[in-house]
Amino acid sequence: MTHIFISKEHLDDIISHSREVYPKEACGILAGKGNTVERVYRMKNIDDSTVTYSFDSGEQFKVMKEIEKDGLRMVAIYHSHTSSPAFPSQTDISRAFYPGTDYENYPDTAYVIVSLAYEEPEINAFLIKKGAIEKIKILSS
Amino acid sequence: MAVKVRIPTPLQRLTGGQELVEGKPGTIIELVNDLESKFPGIGERLSEGGKIRRFVNIYVNEEDIRFLKAEQTEVKDGDEVSIVPAIAGGVF
Repeated sequence: MTHIFISKEHLDDIISHSREVYPKEACGILAGKGNTVERVYRMKNIDDSTVTYSFDSGEQFKVMKEIEKDGLRMVAIYHSHTSSPAFPSQTDISRAFYPGTDYENYPDTAYVIVSLAYEEPEINAFLIKKGAIEKIKILSS
Repeated sequence: MAVKVRIPTPLQRLTGGQELVEGKPGTIIELVNDLESKFPGIGERLSEGGKIRRFVNIYVNEEDIRFLKAEQTEVKDGDEVSIVPAIAGGVF
């Protein structure tokens, strides 16, 4: 995966969600086909925190089942950073791997990070692989 | 009949690439031990000191076992157990 497609409408939705829960971190799932996002799922951050996020396990399962049932896949996982750049933190990297291993939890899923630390929101997408973080392009219509 | 167990992608290297495997009915911890006997190495990926690891969610049918009886939750023939990595992150 070298890029993902996220429409302007979906990008606006992700940024609005991040602003609505600011100064807490927002999180969610971008579902779609191939590399194209078709749906934004705003998820609850059960940490209710300015520095971390965790999905609600029940909601996560329900949404993942719905995505599968509708023939879609989890193209990306998004979250916001409220006072740091739109780049994966050490915790973001650790949690991308199965506990105690260097096996990626969701190998075909990108991580989208929104930063609200600056005047204008910054939004970037990454692949978090063993030993490397690769920034990928977000293409928008 | 048996318990159906859904294995997440990162652990499928321990099950020979299988996403769906079968296990014996009993408690979740007994099921983990049964899986370990069939797929050596999977036990320690799922639990540590008799407890399911942090950031690993286990569901019986649709319910997270944390809201049932945790490791002592009973599973029976026909139940579907899903192992799903938690999604989390943050600055700290």
